[in-house]
Amino acid sequence: MTAAVLVQLRDVVKEFPVQSRAAFGGRSERLQAVAGVSLELRRGETLGLVGESGCGKSTLARCVVRLLDPNAGQVLFDGHDISTASHAELGPYRRRMQMIFQDPYGSLNPRRRVGSIIGDPFEIHGIGPAGERRRKVQDLMALVGLNPEHYNRFPADFSGGQRQRIGIARAIALRPELIVCDEPVSALDVSIQAQILNLLDELQGELGLTYLFISHDLSVVRHVSDRVAVMYLGRIAEVAPSAALYERARHPYTRALLSAVPAFDPDERRAHTSVLLTGDPPSPLDPPRGCRFHPRCPRAQSRCAAEEPQLIPRAGDGPEHTTACHFPLADGETLSTDAARSVTA
Amino acid sequence: MIGFLLRRIAWGALVVWLVATLVFVVYFAVPRDVARLIAGRQASEETLAVVRARLGLDQPILVQYGRFIGRLVHGDLGESFITQESVVSIVARDIPVSASLALGGSVLWLLMGVGAGVVAAARPRSRTDRSITAGALFFYSMPTFLVGQLLLFFLFFQLYRAGFEFFPPGSYVPFTESPLQWARFLILPWFTIALVTGAAYARLTRGAMLDALGEDYIRTARSKGLPEWRVVLLHALRSSLTPVVTQFGIDLGTLMGGAIVTEVVFGLPGLGREVVQAILKQDLPVIIGVTILSSALVVAANLLVDVCQSLLDPRVRAN
Amino acid sequence: MSAVPRIRGRGPWELAFERLRRDRAAIASVITILFALVVALAAPMLAQLTGHSPIEQFTETGLSPTGIPVGPGREFWLGTDGLGRDVLVRIAYGTRISLLVGVLASGLAVLIGAIVGIAAGWHGGAVDTFLSRFMDVVLSLPFLVLALALAALVGPGLGVSIFLIAFFSWASVGRIVRAEARAIREREYVQAARALGAGSARIMFIEILPVVSATVIVYATLLIPSSIAFEATLSFLGLGVPPPTPTWGNMLTDAMAYYKVAWWLLLFPGAALLGITYAFNVLGDSVRDALDPRHDQTIGAAGGGVG
Repeated sequence: MTAAVLVQLRDVVKEFPVQSRAAFGGRSERLQAVAGVSLELRRGETLGLVGESGCGKSTLARCVVRLLDPNAGQVLFDGHDISTASHAELGPYRRRMQMIFQDPYGSLNPRRRVGSIIGDPFEIHGIGPAGERRRKVQDLMALVGLNPEHYNRFPADFSGGQRQRIGIARAIALRPELIVCDEPVSALDVSIQAQILNLLDELQGELGLTYLFISHDLSVVRHVSDRVAVMYLGRIAEVAPSAALYERARHPYTRALLSAVPAFDPDERRAHTSVLLTGDPPSPLDPPRGCRFHPRCPRAQSRCAAEEPQLIPRAGDGPEHTTACHFPLADGETLSTDAARSVTA
Repeated sequence: MIGFLLRRIAWGALVVWLVATLVFVVYFAVPRDVARLIAGRQASEETLAVVRARLGLDQPILVQYGRFIGRLVHGDLGESFITQESVVSIVARDIPVSASLALGGSVLWLLMGVGAGVVAAARPRSRTDRSITAGALFFYSMPTFLVGQLLLFFLFFQLYRAGFEFFPPGSYVPFTESPLQWARFLILPWFTIALVTGAAYARLTRGAMLDALGEDYIRTARSKGLPEWRVVLLHALRSSLTPVVTQFGIDLGTLMGGAIVTEVVFGLPGLGREVVQAILKQDLPVIIGVTILSSALVVAANLLVDVCQSLLDPRVRAN
Repeated sequence: MSAVPRIRGRGPWELAFERLRRDRAAIASVITILFALVVALAAPMLAQLTGHSPIEQFTETGLSPTGIPVGPGREFWLGTDGLGRDVLVRIAYGTRISLLVGVLASGLAVLIGAIVGIAAGWHGGAVDTFLSRFMDVVLSLPFLVLALALAALVGPGLGVSIFLIAFFSWASVGRIVRAEARAIREREYVQAARALGAGSARIMFIEILPVVSATVIVYATLLIPSSIAFEATLSFLGLGVPPPTPTWGNMLTDAMAYYKVAWWLLLFPGAALLGITYAFNVLGDSVRDALDPRHDQTIGAAGGGVG
């Protein structure tokens, strides 16, 4: 049974103009960070979005919360098209979706007190008299594991993990339905990462939140996600429930990513085969034709350079597991040919 | 490159035009009796009418403006209300004075300012550095006219009382007549300008040098065993000079339009003194002419600086 | 909540203040400025004490039989000027003008500069282009010539001086603030505010302004001495506050005529002018260091240096 859809993305495209460098002779003057992405986000789930740096996942995240305006395609929130809504029209939606940022040092204004920062949502949306706001802020601080007495401190007085908690408190203040987490733990020490992830998990249960969880770290995403989407150079390569992705990845890129995750279990490690991708990651300014991954793909054939693969279920999968590849890996198949060097760890 | 150049020239022309229009509006469009200014308070109505007709002041404002701009484009700046002399010839007479002042002063301030800045940066926090920094701040704080007056008092007057009339003020001898005399009358004015502006350059250079000396490539140069003076002069100074060059262009351009205060203090017959006297006497054509000229000089200097910078750093062009 | 003492963090302002407090040069300059303030406020008392008003001409006691000013002595502690007026009292009253013009002109300039800079930096696009061009034009204007011309036209005076000085100073502040605001616009805490639904006005005022305020304060402090110098220059050329009100500038104009026979006319007002501008410049440097110890650029204020 699939739950209700909270957010739907249809062929979302986001481009950025770039200075054309005459010496370079590059074709495109517009960089397509997101090149046609369709995804759906269901209520109550955590959808992980993974990919390498520069694949467009942060850009996509910002399109969902309308910090960036999509150039094409639609963003539907709870059935309503918010892709082209004006600032005024977006008001009520802003209360229902929020964002947590990656950089604990950049996401809080260093010249403002923490209580004031957390109280922003209340002030912006005109909720409650000032006295009551303060109480609410302190309740939020307690909820995320901060000492409410530190209300008047500045962000510089807090550690990285604590600052993320402040950012989280700010995000949940108005009890949103959706929270987009843009690499929320990437800048934290590993031990702190676990604490923050647990906090996010607790809050999801308590407040009925839906998460879009963005990361480049596959092991983290595996831990928190119900479903995972893999992004490459502005397009989605594969979407599947978490377990299916990790056990039966169909897209060669996904397999390569997974094989790069270090295995800590010695038994696992012995059986582990790393796939090293050849070639440099292409520039988003001049993406390859057809399947964007084909220049680095060990399974690529002539069809891959000509025709872009659709994101549909393949190799006998159900509707939950979609892959954008002409030659997806079958069950039990491993990824290795002469073109890729296989290394047994 | 050509596009960049054209854009900058167009922008510069726009600025000069704006200044000209501003001056015109201020002096001719604001309701005041220009005719009376010229003819004098006691003038009769007939005299005023004649003056108005002659200067075209009875025409509608836009017509006057059109004629003003038209004459400007042809290089005709009109005649002085007081002496009837053509403004262009007044300017031509005064420019050598201001130019001499500007050139001598600028050479001095560059040497003194950049030199002091380099020395101070080479030994940060030392006594040398602290005294240079304090000295620079001292001169930087003083208004130029005060420096001039103090120099007059201590270097001219005291020496004069002791019998040595080295640097008298109040006169100008063209270089072509006698280089020695030319320099003699200009030395104190040169130092006046140089001390104040040089102080600013010392601060600027010191700051830029300290930034440069903290960079990794300097550390590499030192660790390669290069002698300190080479590191400082050849490596750090080269990259520090960019802001100095930029500022120099602007300052030189400004100065060419007349170092007003210095010329007044020392009684030098340059553009600066000319325009002050014109302002006090309400001699509009001279005021307007010199204002537009000095604005054009600043614009030209800025343009030159921009061109040089863009040749050195292509990123500027793309901006 | 139980009765636990409220803990206040030491914010960036308090830390900066601590650094300033420990800076000896800053202390010395503050003392000098306070002294000047006292003199300015006590000028009428000084006039009463000596029995000389600032505009009264003492042709009997203040001038020698040949009409030359009298030097410092028991009657006139700092001597007299060409019209037999008491130099000490005039300097004291001149302090009022200098401080008033310095502070007000500087304040007005940074106020306008900050507003324009933040608006241009935040909005970007056409607004930014227009405001930036406007600032570029203002900065291209030959300021002394135009200031003199405008003052002569409108009639010199206190308000005119303040306004003119502010007009020729605000653009350099505006440019710097604009650059900072543009950088701040991309920071994540501003993105977060937008995500929360904050409007432009709120972001400019609550997010951007506190961050640029450090720069603005430094500029405000550094513009005071350049404003004082600018005013002195205007007065020196006869287009500042009109006589008989004493200003250091017009006292120094007198000095031009009399310095050969009356050194006190040059040195005392000159020392006052130099002392005050030097003190404010030292304070400005210290404030800048206190607010950002890593900062080692030099800031050029309008009206300083050339000409």
